[in-house]
Amino acid sequence: MRVLACGSDAVLIEVDSAEQVQHLHGALRAAPPGGVTELVPAARTVLVRYDPRTTDPHRLRTALTAFAEPPRTAALPPAGTTETVRIPVRYDGPDLAEVAARTGLTERQVVERHTAAHYRVAFCGFAPGFAYLTGLDPQLRLPRRTEPRTRVPAGTVAVADEYTGIYPSPSPGGWHLLGTTALTLWDPAADPPTRLRPGTAVRFVEAQEHPGADHDPR
Amino acid sequence: MTRGELLVVRAGFGATVQDLGRPGLAALGVGRAGAADRDALRLANRLVGNPEDAAGLEAPMGGLELAFPRAATCALTGADCPAWIDRRPAATRTPLHVPAGARLRLGTPTRGLRVYLAVRGGLDVPPVLGSRSTDTLAGIGPDRLTVGQLLPLGDAATGWPTADHAPRPAPADRTVLHVLPGPRDDWFTADALRTLLAEPYTVTPDSDRVGMRLDGPALERARTGELPSEGMVGGALQVPPSGRPILFLADHPVTGGYPVIAVVRRADLGAAAQARPGDTLHFRLA
Repeated sequence: MRVLACGSDAVLIEVDSAEQVQHLHGALRAAPPGGVTELVPAARTVLVRYDPRTTDPHRLRTALTAFAEPPRTAALPPAGTTETVRIPVRYDGPDLAEVAARTGLTERQVVERHTAAHYRVAFCGFAPGFAYLTGLDPQLRLPRRTEPRTRVPAGTVAVADEYTGIYPSPSPGGWHLLGTTALTLWDPAADPPTRLRPGTAVRFVEAQEHPGADHDPR
Repeated sequence: MTRGELLVVRAGFGATVQDLGRPGLAALGVGRAGAADRDALRLANRLVGNPEDAAGLEAPMGGLELAFPRAATCALTGADCPAWIDRRPAATRTPLHVPAGARLRLGTPTRGLRVYLAVRGGLDVPPVLGSRSTDTLAGIGPDRLTVGQLLPLGDAATGWPTADHAPRPAPADRTVLHVLPGPRDDWFTADALRTLLAEPYTVTPDSDRVGMRLDGPALERARTGELPSEGMVGGALQVPPSGRPILFLADHPVTGGYPVIAVVRRADLGAAAQARPGDTLHFRLA
């Protein structure tokens, strides 16, 4: 674990893996050191914002060393994440055939592997409510498209690198589009605006012909 | 609508509604946004007896014209900008009485970039995720001002104006921004940080609430490769492959994949937000 300076009211903690980020973020969220105002997990880091009136980088570094050792029990879920969000997906994305061709699988096998995996929200970013889910079957890992699309519709389920994501709103995008969900995952009028917070467990379920039939994943 | 409303007669150059933003949601991919020069909005609110976090207007390069159907108290802060209430010149950094039926008009700032307008009671546009600020990157919050738009006034005032005038510090000859190295200064050559701290950088026209692209000597990387996305902060000097830094402002992305060589300290972010294209920035160690 490395604690890096990040301006006058934040430090950046760097660890070695997405799993360590999850553990560190879960532990810090459960028992934040005094003066900490915000935690922002990412791929290999947790950004820790603090109130410089109540703490300082030196005190924070000392407090953070208590979190240096990740728990030995790897299966321990991060705090407060017992819910599994089930997302119904129609696997009819424009890149399904290409993903199958490039991974040496059939389209059916791509769908089976994508629905078999257990995912977890590692972090959010790129756009409000865009969650980076880890847990993707290693055989489905592909680099981003060389030519990003100018517009990807909301609800598109896509993969790139080690991640799966669901576009919460229409935006440009360079990921491989596998399908779509009719589930509304991002609603700024709701509290919280998304169910896909860092640490949340996620499963993808193949939707039948009528996507309206299983709107509610609970 | 008992408190009245303002009519936008001229929308300026991308003027937006801003308060102090929506902190604490970056883990959900939502940035803070809020006034780019937070101290200026706070001061404007204090001058009219509002809480510091009431919603006002942020007008880059002025250019705004508002009609007041009812009398109101307002204040202008931020960039030095000529202003008129009908034909009468109006001072900045002081409470202004706008009579019913009058128009408030902003000219072009003589110094600085962003003018702030607070109106007693605050602007009562619908909040999104707890804030009335426009996040221009995420597309959250109210749209940019448009001609003919009505801005409802609220009842946010908690006190009475207590100051006649907020004196302005003597204008600095040049914009000096203090930085703390890191978090990724080790991705750059030792010369890169020395260059950043020694050479002037010019604000380019490719600058907005998200960030300012700067022109100056390229900051050379000591290592290649991709940085996994990590959390970003306001004031971060992110360096894309061109080597020319981008200084992140209020609507910066919550995560980014280019290394940050240094971060402008919080106290200097208002000064950074008031730099306009063509201005020169000098970076110094905090």
